[in-house]
Amino acid sequence: MLSLDHVGKTYPNGVRALEGVTLSVGPGEILAIVGGSGCGKSTLLRAVSGLDTPSQGRIMLDGQKVEQPHEKIGIIFQEPRLLPWLTVADNVGFGLEGRPKDERKARVADALARVGLSEKANVWPRELSGGQAQRVAIARALVPRPEVLLLDEPFSALDAFTRTDLQDHLLDLWADLKPTLILVTHDVDEAIVLADRIMVMQPMPGRLFEEIADDLPRPRDRQSAAFDFVKRRVLAALDRSLAQGRPEGRDPAASNADTGAAMWW
Amino acid sequence: MSLAPMTVAIEPAAAEQKPRTGGLTRWGGPALGLLLPLTLAVGWELAVRAGWSDGRLVPPPSVIYATFAELAEAGELQRHALATLARVLAGFGIGVVAGTVFGAITGYSAMVRRLLDPSLQALRAIPSIAWVPLFILWLGIFEASKVTLIAVGVFFPVYLGVMGAVMSVDRKIVEVGRVFRLSGAQMVRRILLPAVLPSYVIALRSGLGLGWMFVVAAEFMGASEGLGFLLVDGQQLGKPAQIVAAIVAFAVIGKTTDWIVVGLTAPLLRWEDRARIGGA
Repeated sequence: MLSLDHVGKTYPNGVRALEGVTLSVGPGEILAIVGGSGCGKSTLLRAVSGLDTPSQGRIMLDGQKVEQPHEKIGIIFQEPRLLPWLTVADNVGFGLEGRPKDERKARVADALARVGLSEKANVWPRELSGGQAQRVAIARALVPRPEVLLLDEPFSALDAFTRTDLQDHLLDLWADLKPTLILVTHDVDEAIVLADRIMVMQPMPGRLFEEIADDLPRPRDRQSAAFDFVKRRVLAALDRSLAQGRPEGRDPAASNADTGAAMWW
Repeated sequence: MSLAPMTVAIEPAAAEQKPRTGGLTRWGGPALGLLLPLTLAVGWELAVRAGWSDGRLVPPPSVIYATFAELAEAGELQRHALATLARVLAGFGIGVVAGTVFGAITGYSAMVRRLLDPSLQALRAIPSIAWVPLFILWLGIFEASKVTLIAVGVFFPVYLGVMGAVMSVDRKIVEVGRVFRLSGAQMVRRILLPAVLPSYVIALRSGLGLGWMFVVAAEFMGASEGLGFLLVDGQQLGKPAQIVAAIVAFAVIGKTTDWIVVGLTAPLLRWEDRARIGGA
């Protein structure tokens, strides 16, 4: 169980990136966080990862305070961030140093097989396509068997086909290990396909705005009416989150939320 | 307007071209680089033989070769070359160690950088030859002052290269190390060192180049052996062939040491994603 208690982050230059975020995510739950740019969603994720420390509040994982990177918390960034001087297999095994060699080999081979890249084990990262590199990054994050896996816009740099492919792939991997997933994205479809719960955030200062349950049956059909219905709800919430952030009485078009057409990003 | 015959005409040409370019990059490339110096050498040799020039001040290749062989036979060439090489290696070693340590610390810590870098940059601005009188006063006219001068020359490019490389290590890559909870020492070994290695090799090579420059300056300031001594000796006794022979020896040994650095580090850098501009 991961819980955030009134987490806030004020940067040294006085910018309040995050304020009073309280939420808890259960084991195996998939939470998506969406919001306009500057709403603090990446700041939130970095705080949970332990890469940044929140200036207020606290983050607890299984009763332990998270203040720096934690062994049970993994993260996948927007870019693969593979180490170019290590082969694909060594990148995947990066978090396993200190374990017996046989165990390391077996787990790396297993992880590579899961992401379908066994035949790339001995190539350099430069020889991979963008989608392959991100799959290696996923394997690297999963190999230490994290309880919580954070994903910071993990597929946003990929083309549409690769993206859908990897979303399905991620769900398969999740089904094996059932880690808690927290996904930050600005792709509403992606949030709906993956998440059990969608959290809409509001900018300036970044805070939670609205929670939308997403209990569509899995596997989810991106073309179904029910999918579309959830999508409208999320888009409407996004529009409202931005409308309230603006000075009052301005931009009436943005409050015309049911179209979901406003440029919320 | 007939496209078909055109394609037909192009294809055999393209097919034929492929092996030819392959041959050019493997053998033709290096050979191409030799074309100009060989032409000049042969031309000059012929000019002297034909009596268009007496070749006294600019000796022809045959005379240079003869001088080379003569010096080598007497063991003189080896003695001088070894003396110079020993000085360069000693100075290079000291300069590299100091440059690496200072560069790594100043690159890593902004605090130390603010403290040390301005002074080091000020020292760097001094033409290194200006140190010679002082080094002689301090360290005497023998090996110590020479090696020190070479070490000073090697230090700065290595220092600058390492500092710049450490400072420019990608934050994103460092974060990967943090996510996997690497300790300070692990971070250095598993992330920082491999990340700076390509720039480090370049720093080593420019340091080595300066080492070879400075050894000449050091040997000019008074030496009884060394290739620099051969240069001065050749000037004073009016033996241009000996000067050119020493210069050629410098070129050969300097280039060889550079090759060794490149060759030793190449296996560590196979991962690099280089453009390989120009095909070779």
